Amino acid sequence: MSVSTEPSTSEPERTTRATDDDKADDTGRSRAVAGPGRGRALLLNLLSVLLGIAAWWGLAAAGFQLPTPPEVAEQAWTLARDGTLADATLASLLRVLAGFALGTAVAIPVGFLMGWYTVARNLVEPWIQFFRTIPPLAILPLAIVLLGIDETPKIFVIFLAAFLTCVISTFQGVVSVDRTLINAARVLGAGDAEIFARVVVPASTPFILVGMRVGLGSSWATLVAAELIAAQKGLGKLMQDAQLYYDLPTIFVGLIAIGVLGLLMDRLLLLAEARLTGWQERR
Amino acid sequence: MTTTTSTRPQTGTAKISVREVTKEFDLGKETFTALDRVSLDVADNEFVTVVGPSGCGKSTLMNILAGLEEPTSGEALVDGATVTGPGPERGVIFQQYALFPWLTVRKNVEFGLRTAKMSKGERREKADHFIEMVGLTQFADALPKMLSGGMRQRCAIARAYAVDPSILLMDEPFGALDALTRVNLQDQLLETWSREKRTVVFITHDVDEAVYLANRVVVMAARPGRIYDVVDVDLPYPRTEEFRLSHEFAELRNRVWNSVYHQTGPDAERTGD
Ligand SMILES: Nc1ncnc2c1ncn2[C@@H]1O[C@H](COP(=O)(O)OP(=O)(O)OP(=O)(O)O)[C@@H](O)[C@H]1O
Ligand SMILES: [Mg+2]
Repeated sequence: MSVSTEPSTSEPERTTRATDDDKADDTGRSRAVAGPGRGRALLLNLLSVLLGIAAWWGLAAAGFQLPTPPEVAEQAWTLARDGTLADATLASLLRVLAGFALGTAVAIPVGFLMGWYTVARNLVEPWIQFFRTIPPLAILPLAIVLLGIDETPKIFVIFLAAFLTCVISTFQGVVSVDRTLINAARVLGAGDAEIFARVVVPASTPFILVGMRVGLGSSWATLVAAELIAAQKGLGKLMQDAQLYYDLPTIFVGLIAIGVLGLLMDRLLLLAEARLTGWQERR
Repeated sequence: MTTTTSTRPQTGTAKISVREVTKEFDLGKETFTALDRVSLDVADNEFVTVVGPSGCGKSTLMNILAGLEEPTSGEALVDGATVTGPGPERGVIFQQYALFPWLTVRKNVEFGLRTAKMSKGERREKADHFIEMVGLTQFADALPKMLSGGMRQRCAIARAYAVDPSILLMDEPFGALDALTRVNLQDQLLETWSREKRTVVFITHDVDEAVYLANRVVVMAARPGRIYDVVDVDLPYPRTEEFRLSHEFAELRNRVWNSVYHQTGPDAERTGD
């Protein structure tokens, strides 16, 4: 890009400043979601869930090797009461959040640097392209050998999963900022630093948030798989142990917990997205 | 019929002075001449419109005046100083509105005031004044996505006016609008201009618009991009619908129309002299 004379060091701090005063109003969008059709949609969603559970129950009753919903609920209650479920959930969540937070925290500045400075882009890109082709989980054996068997290798793998998706979308966001908007800012007297903070950052926010959502999804998937391979605790480990004892209800509890938590995290980011990028025109 | 330089005003006193500006684009093997030794003077508070066929270098000329592009040779001067980049004395209005979609109308208008480090209160007061000027007070807190095309362009005009430039550069600002909105905005622009005088360079491909607005119409030709004709519109403001329907208007309009649509090539032109 031609607008690149700024020293790179001060960019992350500008990133934070950009949003406070220029913050977009989020009028309209939340209202648009709630309408007369909303209640019916929820009702249909609920109906679908109930039907699914009924079908599952039906299959279990028909002699398939499945635990029934009450059995699973009972097991969930047991695991919840003795703290096993909470422990496992907490362990998994802490790992995923640590890895994800680190991954995005590094990815966003790196992505901005890549988009803003051709030199940075050319230096970083081959590595990103290479590691992108390796499933993060495949790094785990190496990470365990190099980093030990405690938390570090798992967090590192999640870090990698989150970093790779987020860095690419941030980069995409920066390079696709509309030239006219940058020119408009320039003719209004903005220098490179201001253009970065007040145009490039807000304009690429939608891309970053999409990257974060995808990154969180792949972090979560990677984590659970990593726990199946090597962990002392966590939801993956809970299911791994249950498998040894043929404990199907516990496996179900684990799966449902993983699904529900993944969904919740995704919804949280979706909410953030709606708030931060409601200014976008949807066609 | 082919005057490449205007008779008025005299060089040196001009607000904007374009001197022998040539712009070439590198197309790999060959170069493309978008502007070929273009010279033009614009007086203080003059309203100049530029018309010409698509691709004749109108936007290129404007980008050079705005300081967004550099000429290959020659120079553009504003107030006697060579243009080397954008400056607060030159406001620019783009065809694609170029509003910041994440900012409300008010915040868009305040954008340039913030870069000028103006205090919050002052900013707000100034922004509100110009928002009122373009009739968007009711929409001050709306996001651009909620505005019609005409409203967006009015917001862009307020944003350019807010930083108080002595020059307004407009690149087909009404090009994307329907005929009715266009005429309304033309009248509004003239009204604003007569109240708060500025030097205006207004690019358009609409001959009627060019004649209706201008003190002087500059007609450009393509391949290579150059000034083909300059037509003075020595008719008083305020201009109204009556003017639009007048005989003088029709005459000037025909003259410009002929200049734009029956351009002779550079060779024919030379022999014709
Ligand atoms: N960056 C560029 N690289 C190469 N050629 C360019 C570039 N910018 C403009 N041109 C060429 O220069 C010529 C003039 O372009 P310009 O945009 O100034 O035309 P214009 O008169 O504004 O046309 P329009 O009425 O369609 O907007 C065109 O032929 C265009 O292809
Ligand atoms: Mg153009």
